[in-house]
Amino acid sequence: MDFELSDDQVALQEGLRSFCQGRLPMAAVRELEATGGIDRALWRELAEMGVFALRLPEADGGVGLGWADAVLAFEELGRAIVPGPLVWTHLVAGLVEGAAEGTAIVGGLPRDDQSRLVEYAPSLDALVVLDDAGAWLVDPSSLELEPVAHPLDPLVPVWRVTGLLPQGERIVGVEDPAALQEQGAALVAATMLGVAEAATDLAVGFAKERVQFDRPIGAFQALKHLMADMFVRAEVARGAVYAAGVTLDDPAVGSVRRAVAAARITAAEAALGNGKTCVQVHGGMGYTWEVDAHLLLKRAYALEPAFGGREEWEEAMADLVAQAG
Amino acid sequence: MDLRYSASDEQFRKELREWLGDVLPAIPPEPGPHEWAERRAWDTTWQRMLFDAGYAGINWPTEYGGRGATLTEQLIFLEETTRAGAPYIGVNFVGVLHAGPTIMAEATEEQKAAHLPRILRGEEVWCQGFSEPGAGSDLASLSCKGERDGDEYVITGQKIWTSFAQIADWCELLVRTDPDAPKHKGITWLMFPMDTPGIEIREIRTIVGSSEFSEVFFDGARVPVANRVGAENDGWRVAMVTFGFERGTGFISDLVETDRLIAELAALARKVTRRSGTAWDDVALRRDIGHLQAEMDALWAMTKRNLAQAERHGVPGPAGSVVKVYYSELFQRVTDLAMQLLGRAGLSRDDVGELASGTFVEERLRSTSFTIAAGTSQIQRNIIAERILGLPKDR
Ligand SMILES: Cc1cc2nc3c(=O)[nH]c(=O)nc-3n(C[C@H](O)[C@H](O)[C@H](O)COP(=O)(O)OP(=O)(O)OC[C@H]3O[C@@H](n4cnc5c(N)ncnc54)[C@H](O)[C@@H]3O)c2cc1C
Repeated sequence: MDFELSDDQVALQEGLRSFCQGRLPMAAVRELEATGGIDRALWRELAEMGVFALRLPEADGGVGLGWADAVLAFEELGRAIVPGPLVWTHLVAGLVEGAAEGTAIVGGLPRDDQSRLVEYAPSLDALVVLDDAGAWLVDPSSLELEPVAHPLDPLVPVWRVTGLLPQGERIVGVEDPAALQEQGAALVAATMLGVAEAATDLAVGFAKERVQFDRPIGAFQALKHLMADMFVRAEVARGAVYAAGVTLDDPAVGSVRRAVAAARITAAEAALGNGKTCVQVHGGMGYTWEVDAHLLLKRAYALEPAFGGREEWEEAMADLVAQAG
Repeated sequence: MDLRYSASDEQFRKELREWLGDVLPAIPPEPGPHEWAERRAWDTTWQRMLFDAGYAGINWPTEYGGRGATLTEQLIFLEETTRAGAPYIGVNFVGVLHAGPTIMAEATEEQKAAHLPRILRGEEVWCQGFSEPGAGSDLASLSCKGERDGDEYVITGQKIWTSFAQIADWCELLVRTDPDAPKHKGITWLMFPMDTPGIEIREIRTIVGSSEFSEVFFDGARVPVANRVGAENDGWRVAMVTFGFERGTGFISDLVETDRLIAELAALARKVTRRSGTAWDDVALRRDIGHLQAEMDALWAMTKRNLAQAERHGVPGPAGSVVKVYYSELFQRVTDLAMQLLGRAGLSRDDVGELASGTFVEERLRSTSFTIAAGTSQIQRNIIAERILGLPKDR
């Protein structure tokens, strides 16, 4: 057993982190609000970094890596709260034309979704509709859409499908929609892990600087413990997220579904818990638009229902436990 | 202990209900969150309607124009107005719930006569200029200066997070009048007119995109010494009186609101579809809602006890911190459960189709401030630990 990152993995992680730091500091991410969360030039740069073609074989123009590497990449994208339908586009790279190369932006939603909200709708070149029978490709320009005036996350704008949601064309290559759901959930968990870590860093940085009662507020145990808990939540989630990546690559090591459920549940806990605590540690500043804390919290909420919400994964886990026993 | 309503309580309830039934249908829709002038007009019109009907300042003594209602009547008033969906206190919060009561407790007869009736009639809107960039939790370290010049104070410095500053007429302002005294001993509580030359107001955008609070800059603004409440350099003590009202009784109507929100959450759960049924089929969710309602009922019972004690002793005590810490976190848990329930509908702050979901998303965001404003949860816990339990201070 070797649960340490390889040198290549460290290089992948650092490469994406420095890309995000250089190209997507929070100020640049905020500017994406004006363009509905999407900048096509940036999308192609992400493709060049291998974000979408990461797991495709090198022979097919991919990077030839696996899920364990993909979760590391998405952790970094989460840390920088890069907007856009990154997970969907990654999942269908190689299956939908242009996804791997970053020329097609692909979004998605579950067919039985009551809300019928589609993220980034006008920017999408293709839309995946997922149901029990498979994954279906729908032309977004064929949909009747109504914009939502006030999205939860300003960087995740949403539109509502008011008319019919067509059946779409079956995506060849998605044999098992449940497996796609698991893969999506694993990448969402990795993204949430990144958000959780960003929240810890932001809170700790602030607590070292902000002085009240003649000392940095981080000196107060009440706050120290809050931030220690942030760190603990993220570390626990990290273990589960990395394990989910490894298990997806090599199902011989355990149940994929179980590994994904553990990652998804603990990562959501970390992202939401840390997002809230980050606001709290900032005091009044945390309630301002200017400070980034709210963007992390809102992203945590926006990710929460993606690829099955908490109750779905908790029930899945309970079923697995019952089967195992 | 007796929780039964008397015949006169029931009569009070009946009259109030009739009055609400008469007046509420004629009230125009609430203005948007950014329309400050309209919101002021809407909130103050309601305040005037309350006044004309004899309900303004429900707990204020009759000598100051209030109703002097019994404790039970106050609770009935809150229950009935909230249940009927009457306007919230809004921009009158500071004036009616803590600046006014502070003036009643601490000001001269002349000052009382000048302000209390106007606050009650909705003619004077107040804001609170306590916090500064360097003085939030550590409020006593505030540095906005008030220098004595004859019969005026000259104010120089900055306040921050001043809610309603852009539409307020008056500000309850804390300034440092003795820079050499220990920090709690050099502060003065002033009534500051917001149309005084030498101030600048800059709105701050909140995480919900509104601008409910502002920065206020003072550059040699002059205010008469006659506007001082309490003695010079005794302002910290006066501020504690203000906090007693703000934290002690300021949140009661929010409690009733929370109660209503839990009921709405249960209704929403029946509309959210899941697989073949609705979210209400989920026993875990039903139990969560049951649990939250139990906490809510207990909190309400505790609040009644606090009010009874406050009535006996005049000013609410540190028990207000218990309500504040518990209420603010309970409210966040209620709206968190709503987010969980809503799933992808929670991506929108507006209602989604037939689902009345927007309020919950909005309230989840707004409620992040509940554990920060009016003293953070950490500070409230310190107060409980140190002032109620008598544990040693760590600072
Ligand atoms: C919506 C809203 C409306 C407001 N309206 C007004 C208003 O109208 N007028 C007004 O004057 N103010 C207002 N405030 C300001 C509010 O009172 C302050 O934000 C609050 O007191 C916290 O101060 P701060 O923002 O400076 O945070 P800080 O004091 O810097 O706190 C930052 C963090 O440090 C923690 N902390 C600080 N000291 C300690 C300690 N000793 N032990 C443990 N933890 C500690 C805090 O709990 C918090 O988590 C408003 C705030 C909000 C959010």
